[in-house]
Amino acid sequence: MSAATPFSLLANASSMSWAEVPEWPVAEFVRITSAELDRGARLCAWFGAPEGEVAGTPVRIVAVLAYDADNTLAVGRSAPFNGAYPALTVTQLQAHLFERELLEQCGVTPEGHPWLKPVRRTTVDAPANDPFFRVEGGEVHEVAVGPVHAGVIEPGHFRFQCAGEEVLHLEIALGYQHRGVERALRGGPHRATRSQMETVAGDTTIAHATAYASVLEALTDGEAPLRAQWLRALALELERLANHTGDLGALANDVAFLPTASACGKLRGDFLNLTAELCGNRFGRGIVRPGGDRYTLDASRAAVVSKRLDAALVDTERAVAWLWDAAAVRARFERIGVVFAAQATALGLVGPAARACGLVRDVRYDHPAGWYRFAQAPVVVWPGGDVFARARVRSLEIQRSGAFLQEQLGAPPDPESARDPAPPAPGALAVSLVEGWRGEVCHVAITDAAGRFQRYKIVDPSFHNWPGLALAMRGAAISDFPLCNKSFNLSYCGFDL
Amino acid sequence: MFVTDTLLHRLKRGCETMQYPDGPAPPLPDRHGGTLRVDAAKCADGCRACLPVCPTEAITRTDGKPVALDLGRCLFCAACVDVCPEGAIAQTGDHRMAVRDRRDLVLGEPGHEQLRLAAALDGKLKKMFGRSLRLRQVSAGGCNACESDTNVLGTIGWDLGRFGVQFVASPRHADGLLITGPVTRGMELALRKTWEAVPDPKIVIAVGACAIAGGPFVGHAEAHDGAAAIVPVDLFIPGCPPHPLTILDGLLRLLDRLDERPVERPR
Repeated sequence: MSAATPFSLLANASSMSWAEVPEWPVAEFVRITSAELDRGARLCAWFGAPEGEVAGTPVRIVAVLAYDADNTLAVGRSAPFNGAYPALTVTQLQAHLFERELLEQCGVTPEGHPWLKPVRRTTVDAPANDPFFRVEGGEVHEVAVGPVHAGVIEPGHFRFQCAGEEVLHLEIALGYQHRGVERALRGGPHRATRSQMETVAGDTTIAHATAYASVLEALTDGEAPLRAQWLRALALELERLANHTGDLGALANDVAFLPTASACGKLRGDFLNLTAELCGNRFGRGIVRPGGDRYTLDASRAAVVSKRLDAALVDTERAVAWLWDAAAVRARFERIGVVFAAQATALGLVGPAARACGLVRDVRYDHPAGWYRFAQAPVVVWPGGDVFARARVRSLEIQRSGAFLQEQLGAPPDPESARDPAPPAPGALAVSLVEGWRGEVCHVAITDAAGRFQRYKIVDPSFHNWPGLALAMRGAAISDFPLCNKSFNLSYCGFDL
Repeated sequence: MFVTDTLLHRLKRGCETMQYPDGPAPPLPDRHGGTLRVDAAKCADGCRACLPVCPTEAITRTDGKPVALDLGRCLFCAACVDVCPEGAIAQTGDHRMAVRDRRDLVLGEPGHEQLRLAAALDGKLKKMFGRSLRLRQVSAGGCNACESDTNVLGTIGWDLGRFGVQFVASPRHADGLLITGPVTRGMELALRKTWEAVPDPKIVIAVGACAIAGGPFVGHAEAHDGAAAIVPVDLFIPGCPPHPLTILDGLLRLLDRLDERPVERPR
């Protein structure tokens, strides 16, 4: 499939010369990209790279595609242009949010885009959300939820168009969490950059930090010591265990099934504490550093982690089994919030949300980098696309990640000392994908003549998946929203950046 | 049978809520490090080794003065501890970090080597909130780490409810706010409205480096450098994110629910 592509092929976590990325006039580029996506490629990133600092400078659009079946990525770009271009969204739904972002970040207008609203622009003290999509009719009413939600949770706004209980349309308006991450990266890396990468989405610290470290290592042409890559994989799987366990508990809580809810709430903490065993911080802050790692995991510490991991996995298995045994839970999970496989493909969903629609899509398997080149966990897929499937994928991934961890903890590579990374290469483009617990984390860096970041693009899996939640709610009862929302459990700050 | 299995399992596990504060606090992970201590008297003349390694510029040194470390900005990465040639900055392993006065987070001056921990609410507020505190949580640019570790306090291990502290779903039902995140421009209006909707008298608790001083995003035009730019803050709990034990300690300290006496301010 990728053999005939006019794009430049690129392996995950590698770099190439920016000047050698093939380019086309923008209209032609949009057409070619659309054709490649029709042939089965997937859009990992679609963003603008301004040619200079000044507002109004010409912009290039950059596309990063994934040919999952061929285990390769590909990049292409448009010639610099100003003004408008024919929208890719017209033929490819998965470009929808990317093109809204393009207009907002770079001022180029995707012509023919059906819903060209800001993504995260703030006017004075709130995001520019208006106007919302409205359904007219005598029986139709509107429900507005957020930005501040009822629990201890990040802010976002949900606008429902309902006829009685039935949701006709849900519009998700975010932007409340926008902290200016990408803007701050221009001219970087800066002294705060690594900390910012760790907090792009705080529950996905390891995945984002690993993607960043891999990008920097690809730009300096220096791989991290194997021992560090091993530790990153361990931390990434622990992050997955903690979040998946927490999600299953939260799902149980949302259908008032308290045994699993309370057990998983505690077990999630046990997994976080294992990450803290590695580095002191429950979210893995400071574990992943470009060039190597600060912390070591010697045999005795690994044995302690392994023992505690075993106990937590056994408890999790038991607590989750209660869920599957309870008819009351299955009745609430099954056929709720359905996303069909064809819809998931069209929207470009990633991670457990995609795998719960039966799509075989996992960066660790499709585009292995780092330690995953040597050790893999089987990909978990479940058909159905409903809340049940999303819960089921999580519980199976807990088993697989648990087994992976137990195996890898006992097989450390030889210790190597960290090396200070060389300065990033000038005029280069590097891409790194990491399968975080929510799905594909994508980082793309383009360096200028001095080796500083001219453009750094971050795509959190939530950016692909929020439209999936909106679609899952179509035709559903509004009272199912909390459950559906939890079954996706997407990041607000990862989206808002 | 599912029901009997569940009950038996629960029985076997017994009570999983920790003894603290009636018993000892659960230990921090050995690599956590806890709060920092700054013995600026040890600093060599003109030494600035720790300044460039701090990701948030939490350490400053003006000529002729000792080094000053702002724990409000600190991400506890310990890079400064690693580079200090004199051992002037040290990890203490102590989880207690909450303070009432923002200035108390700045360490370094003689007599200010360590944190002066928060004093309890006094008089009327203590009477009102000491045994029942309802909080509304507002995440205003938080990365979901502070939020997660605040949520943890509601799990069976910590059981925040036993202290009469609860997170509620409406500001109208709340006695105060618990704020996370640097307060993005996008959340400014929402935070202000939420604060105004909480009936007086009310308290505000800022959790995490972001809510205290902007955290990793300090100085960004897209965000304020912490909650105090928008609302008055009564309790600061540092960390990135603070360990749940640190958050709990802060809440209990404020409510005067810890037996130990608050550290006297030496002024």
